[in-house]
Amino acid sequence: MAALAAYIDIPKIQLFGKTLNHPKINIGFLKRDLEPKLGLDLSGGVQLVLSADMTNVSPDDRDNALSAAKEIVENRVNSLGVAEPVVQSAKTPDQYRLIVEIPGIDDIDQALATVRKTAHLEFRTLKAEPSPEATPSALPEDFEASGLTGADLTRAQAEPSNDPQNPGYVVSLEFNSEGAKKLESITQSNFQKPMPMFLDDEPISWPPPVIQAVISDGKAQITGNFTADEARGLAIQLNAGALPVSLKIESQNRVGPTIGQVTIEKSILAAIIGIVSVAVFMVAYYRLLGLFAVVALFIYTLLVFAIFKLIPVTLTLAGIAGFILSIGMAVDANILIFERMKEEKRWGKEKLEAFFAGFERAWSSIRDSNVSSLITCAILFNFGTGSIRGFALTLAIGILVSMFSAIVVTRTLLRIFWVGKI
Amino acid sequence: MNIVKYKNLFFAFSLIIIIPGFFALFMWGLKVGIDFAGGTLWEVKVAASVDSGKIHEFLSNEGGEVSQVAQTAQDTYLVRLKTTNEETLNGLRTKVDETYGPSEDIRLETVGPTISKELAQKAIIAVLLAIAGIVVYLTWSFRQVPKPASSLAFGVCTVIALLHDVLVLVGVFAILGHFFAIEVDVLFITAVLTVIGFSVHDTIVVFDRIRENLKKYDDYPFENVVNHSILQTFSRSLNTSLTAVFVLLALFLFGGETIKTFVLALLIGIISGTYSSIFNAAPLLIVWQNLAGRKFGLKRN
Repeated sequence: MAALAAYIDIPKIQLFGKTLNHPKINIGFLKRDLEPKLGLDLSGGVQLVLSADMTNVSPDDRDNALSAAKEIVENRVNSLGVAEPVVQSAKTPDQYRLIVEIPGIDDIDQALATVRKTAHLEFRTLKAEPSPEATPSALPEDFEASGLTGADLTRAQAEPSNDPQNPGYVVSLEFNSEGAKKLESITQSNFQKPMPMFLDDEPISWPPPVIQAVISDGKAQITGNFTADEARGLAIQLNAGALPVSLKIESQNRVGPTIGQVTIEKSILAAIIGIVSVAVFMVAYYRLLGLFAVVALFIYTLLVFAIFKLIPVTLTLAGIAGFILSIGMAVDANILIFERMKEEKRWGKEKLEAFFAGFERAWSSIRDSNVSSLITCAILFNFGTGSIRGFALTLAIGILVSMFSAIVVTRTLLRIFWVGKI
Repeated sequence: MNIVKYKNLFFAFSLIIIIPGFFALFMWGLKVGIDFAGGTLWEVKVAASVDSGKIHEFLSNEGGEVSQVAQTAQDTYLVRLKTTNEETLNGLRTKVDETYGPSEDIRLETVGPTISKELAQKAIIAVLLAIAGIVVYLTWSFRQVPKPASSLAFGVCTVIALLHDVLVLVGVFAILGHFFAIEVDVLFITAVLTVIGFSVHDTIVVFDRIRENLKKYDDYPFENVVNHSILQTFSRSLNTSLTAVFVLLALFLFGGETIKTFVLALLIGIISGTYSSIFNAAPLLIVWQNLAGRKFGLKRN
């Protein structure tokens, strides 16, 4: 009986979790906004595949250039102020790509222009006539272009400091011969003065480093007691200027903002009609047993949706299709079991015996048949991007939960309400 | 009812569906969407309702490499172009705005040639992997099948049924592509893979029962055991597919426009999968058995 209670409690606890969570209340240990996440095809927005032109970048620096480009695109996309943009880098043997997803954006053209702009890195020095309060607490406006830019920088690299006076990490800079000359004259005329770096007119690493020495060999170091992560972040930003790659739009997928809402409404309608028709069929064909299966199906739907929100799974149109399809498949295990029970009874078994035999004997085919579907889901998940992954994931979750709901939930319901009535 | 007796009739019925599809596939091929062929798809809402032919002419004159324009709603047009870059598209959009009043992008998809080639390769690999994975799992799962059947026979027959479903699906889409310009995209591959999973799913249930019955009735002729097993699992096979068909129909009729083709592919595949598992896969076991028996002179019965 205890096991029985546990069986029934598992879905119930989660059920309550779900119902309580719906209006954005958290379960305590889980702190997350439990609104379902919508994919681009539902929220509207744009997905871009940008390929980076690496022809002018030496093979050794290409990985750095890509992560620098990613960093810079990420910053720009974030500056657009949309919720949850995604920037991923993807590398194939001969292609360096960035995949950018910007949901819920109105002016896509302007966003594209912002994202694709080539990064511009500038080293600046204090204006000739600084405003009175300039040094020591100078403002970004007090600086002007020094003529030294990202084009003069060969690469930037984060490395552990070997100077006991400045522990932690440093960023070392390597300039080309042109840059070395400029740097020498700048360090001469601005000795002991700050030299901030600006990326796309935004200062990076503020307050700015101060020139400590006249550098003539084109090899500089920025020290500042950085942690490894800070140093790496700064190096990536500097590399964005040093290794500018132009980004070509290789493919894009734009979805207008209105189409998504209509699609969601249609999908919900389709899901409801789907569930109702399955329910009607089950009750009409299996009568009382069918009713139990419908209750299990209902619990199944709630469970799956709760899991989607908890993981969270990004819902795309194909993902919703996968979910709805899994509703149709979820009763599959129940049908297998019920048919088996009917047969066992026909072969002269008692109701209780038939009940156990039905679950036991149906298990091997439920297992085998679902494994084959799970295999294809796994392959789909690896094959696809975006919407296909969504489909594979929702279908796989659906299949797994359906096995649970058909076996555990239905069995519990039947034990209590059906077998008990003998 | 003796299903096994009429097995040749059922095989013939499958061929009636598959052969025209095969011809369509070889004569016309599949109509490949921009996912695999590359290109630009631009669905645009314009202020005025214009003939789609006019739009086609207009855009071509403005320098767009237009291959087709279709009207999707009263004032909405789906324009297919060769892979077109941002600048050209913006130019076209400006011209449209100037001539027909302010337009609104419903969606805009561009797939470059490198990506489409990669995707096509990945798709083929995915389908082959799925089939291989399933064969391996099945051979393992049915390794203990009792005599006279062999686990190899179970595996091969499942794969034949699976190929049957893939052929039906691809063939039907070759025909649909030719007559209704329905395109094959990444979602279609997804549908093919899902159908592969489903098809095996159905076949396994029948085979699982045959496996069980072979143990139970080991003194009955193989044919009878198979037929008996098909009948026993008949309502189950039909019912599970019916529930899937219900939800897919709901999606097809009431769901979003963009996945209609996808849902249609799933529907065709699942119906075919149910048919092939009942009427092809299990009877094929008997064909196999008869051939093997004849060869070694060991025919039972």
